[in-house]
Amino acid sequence: MSFLEIDHLQKRFARTTAVEQVHLEVTRGEFVSFLGPSGCGKTTTLRIIAGFESPSSGAIRLDGVDITQRPPHQRNVGMVFQSYALFPNMTVAQNVGFGLKVAKKPTAEITQRVEEMLHLIKLPALGNRYPYQLSGGQQQRVALARALAIRPQVLLLDEPLSALDAKIRVSLRLEIRSIQRELGITTIYVTHDQEEALSLSDRIVVMSEGRVEQIGTPFEIYNFPRTAFVASFVGTLNLLHGKILVDGQEVFASRGLERARTGDAVTVALRPEIVSLGEVAGNGNRMRGTVEDVNFLGSIVRIRVRFTDNTISLDTFNNPNLSLPQRGQALTVSFPREAVLALEAPSSS
Amino acid sequence: MKPRRLGSWLLIVFGVLYFFVPLLGTFEFSLRLLRGVYSVAAYRIVLADPRFAATVTYSTVLALATIVVGILLVLPTAYWIQLRLPRLRPVVEFITLLPLVIPAIVLVFGYLRIYNSSSALPLTGSARTTDLLLMFSYVTLALPYMYRAVDNGLRAIDVRTLTEAAQSLGAGWSTILLRVILPNVRVAVLSGAFLTFAIVIGEFTMASLLDRPAFGPYLQLIGANRAYEPAALSIISFSITWACMGFIQVFGRGAPGQVAGAH
Repeated sequence: MSFLEIDHLQKRFARTTAVEQVHLEVTRGEFVSFLGPSGCGKTTTLRIIAGFESPSSGAIRLDGVDITQRPPHQRNVGMVFQSYALFPNMTVAQNVGFGLKVAKKPTAEITQRVEEMLHLIKLPALGNRYPYQLSGGQQQRVALARALAIRPQVLLLDEPLSALDAKIRVSLRLEIRSIQRELGITTIYVTHDQEEALSLSDRIVVMSEGRVEQIGTPFEIYNFPRTAFVASFVGTLNLLHGKILVDGQEVFASRGLERARTGDAVTVALRPEIVSLGEVAGNGNRMRGTVEDVNFLGSIVRIRVRFTDNTISLDTFNNPNLSLPQRGQALTVSFPREAVLALEAPSSS
Repeated sequence: MKPRRLGSWLLIVFGVLYFFVPLLGTFEFSLRLLRGVYSVAAYRIVLADPRFAATVTYSTVLALATIVVGILLVLPTAYWIQLRLPRLRPVVEFITLLPLVIPAIVLVFGYLRIYNSSSALPLTGSARTTDLLLMFSYVTLALPYMYRAVDNGLRAIDVRTLTEAAQSLGAGWSTILLRVILPNVRVAVLSGAFLTFAIVIGEFTMASLLDRPAFGPYLQLIGANRAYEPAALSIISFSITWACMGFIQVFGRGAPGQVAGAH
């Protein structure tokens, strides 16, 4: 049975629909990420769960209880904001203990819980500091401790790492995941960063223009995107446009094109890391083209190869002992049939 | 010295002379009560006058009440405008500026028409209710300063996110206002409070026309009948106002992360 149920949520503003029939059932202890570009409705959905926005229709049920009409302060939902939102007039300890003080818990209990939380976020000595005396990463950890101190039923995180630099972002996201696992708390995480979503989540909800595009595990979302949007938003993608021919198919796909008929216009997709340089034995696809560009990205080299109407990016590991292909050089690329993703139902041209 | 810098210095010197020469003149005059010597006799007379203590006390109490009511009116209003009704901000700003446009004498005549003893709400019927009316009229008079100070303070903090963070931690509206918002705009509120104090302590028109024993009418009374004492009173009232400004500066430094408003 689901612990948190987002039941066909819809949110309309004056002229626009921000959230369109979003339905999701989250089990207890699950880590679910909402992934999508700006304006896709992910933050609005999160704010509806938190109670900061009310839905135009639909319901939110938490542990079987309908909380749709409950004010935010009666939901027992912890929230972490992008801008940390620590209270500037309070010390770290006072910030962490704020929720417990509001709930009129005994002082001894508050002190103990604050200490526990500061140990959890590995900042036990900073209780007396003010927020302005902390780095961005430390402030966000305090914000996390503050949200967790009240023992919320659900933890909501709204792009919590967006304001931090790259290294802190990676270390903090690992920390968030390990704390979430340790406490077993049901978590909804909003991000536009696919790497964050893929590395953290049990499941990902990919959203676009207010609608859910796909819900699945990171493995499913990355390897088997159901729509062109998911495929292009999550990871890098090569899109190949073409037509189904009676004779002489140029690209073989192992699935997804069963219903396509001769003459249909189709778009198929390929991940860059699945494409190999040169010819590979077997009955895979082979295409011959010209090197358009070579991008050295450190551990990976991304090569763009142009064919008549299409361009393919392929990733290959950096090897200092091998020379890189040159622009304008003719070469062959290969990829297995299973790697070809048929994105949308083919339509007649 | 470059000509531009010289120009700046000349302007500063002119400003200092413009403000301080009359003040120095008044101060010097206030010391000449006794013929041939400088003395503080005028100050001694003023401070010994029981009406001085009475009117200063009356105006101080009224100023404090004005500050409390002003904060209670302005802080939640400015907070709500910022949080939920930002489109109403120009309207509210216009309303708060009206006391600067409408002369105090017009306001007080309006009050007298509406709240006279034969009206539906006869606030001028007794001394206590007239005090109440005077206090509310001072709240109106100080509105432009109090609103601007508080609004500037609120604009400098992320009101919406702080409110939502507090809500998600279980705080209701009163807790949010008192424990989260007010402490973070404390300096701005104090600025508004001291400006209000400075306005109320020397206000004449309203107190005089409502016939209340405030410091302003006392100043005028002494000024009309005495020579040296009004000069001493002027210096005393200047000192009170300056003390207020000094307090703004002292408190304006504020606690960590706090925000000052309009000074």
